[in-house]
Amino acid sequence: MKLPAFEYACPATLEEAVALLASRDEARVLAGGQSLVPMMAFRVASPSLLVDLRKLSDLRRITIDNSGVRLGAMVRWRDIEDDARLVSAHPLLEAAVSHVAHYQIRNRGTVGGSIAHADPAAEMPGIAVTCDAEIAVVGAAGSRVIRADDFFIAPLVTALATEEVVTEIRLPAWPPQRRWGFREFSRRRGDFAMAAAAVFYDVDDTGRAYNAHIGAIGVGDRPVRLTAAEAEVTGKVVDVAVSERAGAAASEAVNPHDDIHASGAYRKSLIGTMVERALQSAAGVRVI
Amino acid sequence: MAVSFEVNGKQVTVEVEPRMTLVDCLRYQLRLTGTHVGCEHGVCGACTILVDGEAVRACLMLAVQAEGCKVVTIEGLSNDEALTPLQASFRRHHAVQCGFCTPGMITTAHALLSEEPDCDADRVREVLSGNVCRCTGYISIVEAVLDARSAYRKP
Repeated sequence: MKLPAFEYACPATLEEAVALLASRDEARVLAGGQSLVPMMAFRVASPSLLVDLRKLSDLRRITIDNSGVRLGAMVRWRDIEDDARLVSAHPLLEAAVSHVAHYQIRNRGTVGGSIAHADPAAEMPGIAVTCDAEIAVVGAAGSRVIRADDFFIAPLVTALATEEVVTEIRLPAWPPQRRWGFREFSRRRGDFAMAAAAVFYDVDDTGRAYNAHIGAIGVGDRPVRLTAAEAEVTGKVVDVAVSERAGAAASEAVNPHDDIHASGAYRKSLIGTMVERALQSAAGVRVI
Repeated sequence: MAVSFEVNGKQVTVEVEPRMTLVDCLRYQLRLTGTHVGCEHGVCGACTILVDGEAVRACLMLAVQAEGCKVVTIEGLSNDEALTPLQASFRRHHAVQCGFCTPGMITTAHALLSEEPDCDADRVREVLSGNVCRCTGYISIVEAVLDARSAYRKP
C-alpha cells in the first residue's frame, strides 16, 4: 500500500534531530528505512514526523581500537561487509551480518535501525546480546549507555525513549585466539532466521573453554543468552559430545511460539541443532 | 517538498509529498515506467534501481531521500537501439518470460557485475534471491547473468 501521510525533516546535527523528535508525539527516526517503510506500508506504523539521519555523517563511522569495535548507527550492512579489518577485529559480527537481508536491502539497512527496530529474529540484536554490547543513545536529557541485555524488552519494544536516538553500538574487544561460530537456518539466505545461534568462548592452556557466550536468535520475544548451554561448555574441551549436550540444553531452555514460518516445536528443535553446529564450527570438529 | 536529483544523467527537480516513494516519483512524476512496482514493501525486487551506483529497492526509499543522488533506472542502462551485452544475454538465454521482474533483474545484475565481474553461480543466485520471478524462470536468468560477465571484465 501507499504510505500514510507524514511530515519529513532532515536535520544537519544530532541536537537538531533530538529536538525534532521531542517536538511532537509519534515522531520517528528514519535511518535506512528498510524496516520502517514496510511497516508504514502495512500501517503497522503511522508516524507523524520522520526525522531522517542521512546527513549525520559522524554516525557512519566504524572505529576499531583496543576497546573493541564501535559501529555508528548509520553504518550499513554493506559497509560492514566491505570493511576488511572486521574479518579479524570481529569475525562473529562479520559472519552474522552476512546473513542479514538481501542484496538491495544491504545497501541501505543500518545497524542502528536494526537495533532500534528490535526484531527478535534479526541478527544484529542477537550479536549485541551475545557479545555484551553497549548501545549509546542521545536524547533530550543527554546521552546514556544501555547494556544490550537491558535494551531489548519484547518484539519491537526497547528501552529507547521516543525522543532518543541510537548513536553507536559498542562491541567489546575480540581476542585473536577466541573460538567462535555462527549458524542460521532460514528458507533463503537473507530471510529472517527461523533460528540462529551465535557462540564464542576462549580457551585456556589446557584447551578448556571459559568465558562461553551462547546467544539464540528467533526463538523468543527477544534475543537471549542460553546460560544452561554455556554451562555445558565451560571447563570442557569442546568436542562433538560437548556440542550435543549444549545443543540439548539450548533446546530445553527455550519456548518459541508458533508462527507462519515455523511451529514452536520445530524452532525448539532447530535451535539445538544450530547451537550444536555453531560449537562444532568454533571447535573445528565435524563442521556442517 | 521540492527535491532535486539526477536521473539517467539528467538533473530533475520535482514537487513531491514526503510520503511518495522514489519508485512512484519515477513512474508518475517523471513518467519513467520501466521500473516496475510489485509488492510495495521491499520483498520482490521488481523496483530495483541504482542510487549512487548501488542497487536499492525504490519502494523502500522516499523520493525526498534522493536529494542530491545519482539515480539510474532501467531506461538509463541502454541509451540507444542496440541491446547492451547484459540485455542481449537475457535475450539469448530466453531469460525474459512475462517480463515483469526483468527491469529489477537487469538493474540488480548490472550492479553485481559492475562490482564483481568474476562472481560465480552461487553468488549470482544469492544476489538474485532478493528478486522474485513468478514465471519461475530462474535457471535461464542465472545463466544469462553468468554469460554476461565477460562484458564487464576490464581488458
